[in-house]
Amino acid sequence: MVDSAGKGFRREKGVEILLALAASVSVLVTIGIVVSLFSETAGFFKEVSVKEFFTGTKWTPLFSPAHYGIAPLVAGTMLVTVIAMIVAAPLGLASAIYLSEYAPDGVRRLIKPVLEILAGIPTIVYGYFALTFVTPIIRAVFPQTNVFNALSAGIVMGIMLIPMISSLSEDAMTAVPNSLREAAYALGATKLEVSYKVVIPAAVSGIVASFILAFSRAIGETMIVTLAAGSTPKLTFNPLDSIQTMTAFIVQVMLGDAPFGSIEYKSVYAVASVLFVVTLSLNLIGTWIVRRYKEVY
Amino acid sequence: MIRQDEMFSPGLQNRQRRNRIFKWIFLSANLLGLVVLAALLVKVMRDSWGWLDLQFISSFPSRFPEKAGILPALYGTVYLMIITAVFAIPLGIGAAVFLEEYAKKSKFLSIIQVNIYNLAGIPSIVYGILGLTVFVRWMMLGRSLLAGGLTMGLLILPVIIVTAQEAIRAVPQSWRHASYALGASKWQTIRYVVLPSALPGILTGIILALSRAIGETAPLIPIGALTFIRVIPGSLFDSFTVLPIQIYNWTSRPQDDFRAIAAAGIVVLLVVLLGMNSIAILLRNKYQGRIKEV
Repeated sequence: MVDSAGKGFRREKGVEILLALAASVSVLVTIGIVVSLFSETAGFFKEVSVKEFFTGTKWTPLFSPAHYGIAPLVAGTMLVTVIAMIVAAPLGLASAIYLSEYAPDGVRRLIKPVLEILAGIPTIVYGYFALTFVTPIIRAVFPQTNVFNALSAGIVMGIMLIPMISSLSEDAMTAVPNSLREAAYALGATKLEVSYKVVIPAAVSGIVASFILAFSRAIGETMIVTLAAGSTPKLTFNPLDSIQTMTAFIVQVMLGDAPFGSIEYKSVYAVASVLFVVTLSLNLIGTWIVRRYKEVY
Repeated sequence: MIRQDEMFSPGLQNRQRRNRIFKWIFLSANLLGLVVLAALLVKVMRDSWGWLDLQFISSFPSRFPEKAGILPALYGTVYLMIITAVFAIPLGIGAAVFLEEYAKKSKFLSIIQVNIYNLAGIPSIVYGILGLTVFVRWMMLGRSLLAGGLTMGLLILPVIIVTAQEAIRAVPQSWRHASYALGASKWQTIRYVVLPSALPGILTGIILALSRAIGETAPLIPIGALTFIRVIPGSLFDSFTVLPIQIYNWTSRPQDDFRAIAAAGIVVLLVVLLGMNSIAILLRNKYQGRIKEV
């Protein structure tokens, strides 16, 4: 009797330890990312000065003379990302307002799956769509447009982000207590006035968080920009120009055959470290805002 | 004569008109999604018209678009998903069970939880670099199916953990108490009470995570998934390609015919995804509210 209880106890403990190990894998992944990124990045900074990397304005690691100023890649990333947010923020917010404040149940049941499907379409498909559908339209309107341009990639990326902003903002808006709405209606406000004078101010932190998370997602997006935005690192704010984002640079080097340990190879890690730090910071800020906001009601 | 409502609330008609106008503006933001989805599907269908046939499904890639096919990419995708699933599902469910059923509320636990949320937000290309460094180089797995599957597994792990946690949390506490009252141990309770009733939710999460993995291209580029494969991978250590990589390669070529077979590849990819998502939705609808009924 005592024996079997001991056995059962050991099994219980064993299972718990196994499960704890499974949970610790997620921590190992983070450590793995940090260690693998920063080990090679450290090697990169032995050959390139930190000052050149952060203040240089030319990025030509694959040509000689090689320059390693990350500014053009950051500018390219920002250009595409800002275009994407110009598309996604108002449309995503408008979509959320409709779903949360206006939509009758039947319409909601129709719209939600469409947004879910849009969110589930692989980015490679969006990239194809940008390159073969949106780019020709832009070129028909502005003939001077490059085949690869930031505008097309930015617009399509914006469309990709709409479902994300819409669903996160809608969550924030539906969390606003109905009593606040009812108080406004009782004062004679229209639905629109309730939306922008009561619901949006009350849900503003959740909405801002949704923008930040979408922004972070846009910075890390890879396939749309690789296919449609080009591979010419350039300090430009012309959306019709070909540019290169940080992610597209990583893909370009990885598809080539830069040998392990070469400076081109290490430059990928340096760029990826920047990408990692930026997206991680944005995500931390975004989730922090969401958490804080949840405590309000 | 002034209408009565005008007298008491000046500008009411204007305000109501504005409300109606904005209602349509808000609605059209949603309709735009529908329009884009339709445009995307029509575009892909039209581009691939005439190219998507049995020959395309059953051929190897070729320099000649009319002879090219996606057979190795299909096999690669299926094999990769099997490896990913075998690796990520037990780990993900295990982690979720630990976090929900065993872990004491503590600072450490909340750090793990925040960590998992943040892992889900890390760009997929960074996972590719992690895979290249750890699996391809340090563990010397080479540019193999196994390295790709493990990388993809890490990528979807946070999604599986979070959805499994939600499913486990939805199991009523009283069920656990009933099980303990019958003399069951903690593990027996989890094994025979909690997990079976959380299963539909867990499965839905797994399917959604895998359908994300099927469409992912970026993390496999650093791993070195090839685009020109003449053989179907036969072991864990063989080189491989998958559908999205093949589509990427064909799209990046300027010739129209290659764009056409890229579109055909996209149709195949979308059909696979649609199938998986329908299963997830069916599961969700079938078991939704089951816990409340019992």
